[in-house]
Amino acid sequence: MSTARASARQLGAAVRAVIILTLALGLVYPLAVTGIARMTVNSRANGSVVSLDGQPVGSALIGQSFTDAGGAALPEWFQSRPSAAGDGYDGGASSGSNLGPANPDLAAAIGERREAVAELEGVDPGDVPADALTASSSGLDPHISPEYALLQVERVAAARGLDPDDVRALVDSAVESRRGGVLGEPAVNVLQLNIALLELDT
Amino acid sequence: MSVWPAAASFALVALLLAALYRPLGDYMARFYASDRNLAVERGFYRLIGVDPGSRQSWQSYLRSILAFSAVGLLLVYALQRTQHLLPGSLGLPAVSEGLAFNTAASFVANTNWQSYSPEVTVGYTVQMAGLAVQNFLSAAVGLAVAVALVRAFASRKETTIGNFWTDMTRSVLRLLLPLAFVSALLLLAGGVIQNFNGFTSVSGLAGGTSTIPGGPVASQEAIKLLGTNGGGFFNANSSHPFENPSAWTNLLQVVLMLAIPFSLPRTFGTMIGDRKQGYAILTAMAAIFTVSLATMTALEFAASSGEAGSMEGKEQRFGIAGSTLFGTTSTATSTGAVNSMHDSFSPLGGMMAMLNMMLGEVAPGGVGSGLYGMLVLALVASFIAGLLVGRTPEYLGKKIGPREIKLASLYLLTMPTLVLTGTALSFAVPGIREDVQGISIYNPGLHGFSEVLYAFTSAANNNGSAFAGLTANTPWLNTALGLAMLLGRFLPMIFILALAGSLAAQDHVPVSAGTLPTHRPQAVIMLSGVTVIVTALTFFPVLALGPLAEGLL
Repeated sequence: MSTARASARQLGAAVRAVIILTLALGLVYPLAVTGIARMTVNSRANGSVVSLDGQPVGSALIGQSFTDAGGAALPEWFQSRPSAAGDGYDGGASSGSNLGPANPDLAAAIGERREAVAELEGVDPGDVPADALTASSSGLDPHISPEYALLQVERVAAARGLDPDDVRALVDSAVESRRGGVLGEPAVNVLQLNIALLELDT
Repeated sequence: MSVWPAAASFALVALLLAALYRPLGDYMARFYASDRNLAVERGFYRLIGVDPGSRQSWQSYLRSILAFSAVGLLLVYALQRTQHLLPGSLGLPAVSEGLAFNTAASFVANTNWQSYSPEVTVGYTVQMAGLAVQNFLSAAVGLAVAVALVRAFASRKETTIGNFWTDMTRSVLRLLLPLAFVSALLLLAGGVIQNFNGFTSVSGLAGGTSTIPGGPVASQEAIKLLGTNGGGFFNANSSHPFENPSAWTNLLQVVLMLAIPFSLPRTFGTMIGDRKQGYAILTAMAAIFTVSLATMTALEFAASSGEAGSMEGKEQRFGIAGSTLFGTTSTATSTGAVNSMHDSFSPLGGMMAMLNMMLGEVAPGGVGSGLYGMLVLALVASFIAGLLVGRTPEYLGKKIGPREIKLASLYLLTMPTLVLTGTALSFAVPGIREDVQGISIYNPGLHGFSEVLYAFTSAANNNGSAFAGLTANTPWLNTALGLAMLLGRFLPMIFILALAGSLAAQDHVPVSAGTLPTHRPQAVIMLSGVTVIVTALTFFPVLALGPLAEGLL
């Protein structure tokens, strides 16, 4: 058999193989996974949506802003980390800042945030934890560190007229420790903490 | 800081991989060597018109791979160009020519470099039927080439190296698809989404709008990691909470990336009938990986005393150690997924990601490609060792003659040539330089140079991760990186298959008192040394221009 004819046969086999495999792997497989997801973990598969009084208020996994339209922190809410997704926590534009370690823009942004957080919380600028100063990788980080959550207790309690000890207890019970004792870092889910806060307040 | 939990989490990964090594490695060896075909496979062979019982010369095997990949390339390109006419496009327009070429090349070459931002570029049909399908198929091609080479080592005076169609089909149906299916269910349990909801806007707790994205993510995420592909369903890749919601799923993702590459040495050892040789390869891979992981982790922990606390571009739930574990895994395999932004790593921490790729991604490397890359280095190490002591160079009973060493050299020279040429042209040609410096580079100074060097390193090694500040959706980078991905994938495959042909044709040289053992610690050290030294000599000058200068000045 000539090389040209052999190549033509190979090409024919390739075309048929790619078509069949596309149907199997590109259609049947994801639809089968979707079907099983619907039957078993429907809520998670649809984005772990959290509702309040029957109204969806977001996803437990997607961070959101607790600021006014101008981006200023609303004192009665626990604040999320800075975000580089769109104008901040834009679920349609996940992204980190990609600022390099020596980029002067990064140093300037961190300096500004340090000042702003220290002023808002009434603490020493040196006491502001790193996660409060930096944009996450996704721009949708739903978590903050326990340190940053505790830093915000006094201000949130004052803004809502609550006992700071009650709010601190709320934070303590919201801390998710390292998975299995070793994986990842301790973290506090800001949306869920704020929902618990709302329940405490009413 | 959290050094002990970090060390414990790394040990946990090692334990899980150790538990998988024998069953997964032996399972692969068994089905690749088997004469039996499943009923569904027989039906498939009949439909595509190939005889599963026939065997191919290396040239014929190569033609099958090139035809299969070319058809895949055209289909992914066509799906993107006609996206607006297809269902499930989310109202997105057709992808432009340059970007569609780059993306098609990227996914067919097992790279998954993303010049595009998925949320605003590709709908569900392109993701499922184009990109995710190539995640399976490009991985299967890599596995097929590795198995063909292993078979050649085990053969005597054979003119054939196997049958591409059966190797590819079994890789998909007996390995990747079942594992992906189970992994997708585990990811679902961990909170990864799987729906066709599009983007849903809700009123957030404090009044602003919160957008919740949708998509068939879990099914694509599983094969993205298992096939060491790495292309994110979302722009933020595995740092997106819907792709990687927790520290548990992070662990699972790391294990999925490493499972097949670290088990293939067992497959190799079993197929050649000498499992000690597999352990030798595994030890070299594991040693390099461990040193690299420890180094990157130490560098990022050290940088955490700085202003940013090492948390710029990192997620709170993963922390520093969860990010360096993922970053090392992703660049030491050919995955290229990220759960943190490498562009914001400390200069030397980011350099470790580059170094992992510059090693040729052999520790443990991509599915298939890591093993065949390491076997070429083992051939070179045996050749050098043989010359040092004045014996005829051999590896696994095969003489390393002029033809073998020429093919090994061509293999080893391809990637550095692509990386250095692409980077040099980006700055040497005035028109291109203006474009690269004016539009593409994001961070100023030395770090901007590193962004371009990282891009070509990632493309030529079929990794796909990036210093993602770089704007790569330009005519120059779409074209140059697209070509680097295709040449970086398929030129080495040509040399490997030619090598397989030449090894298969040889008889076995009987073991004698003069044979240098290749499974003892000395040989492992020699192999690791050759791997590191070849890379260091090749890339030290260019690293000195970028990350080394930035980190040390």
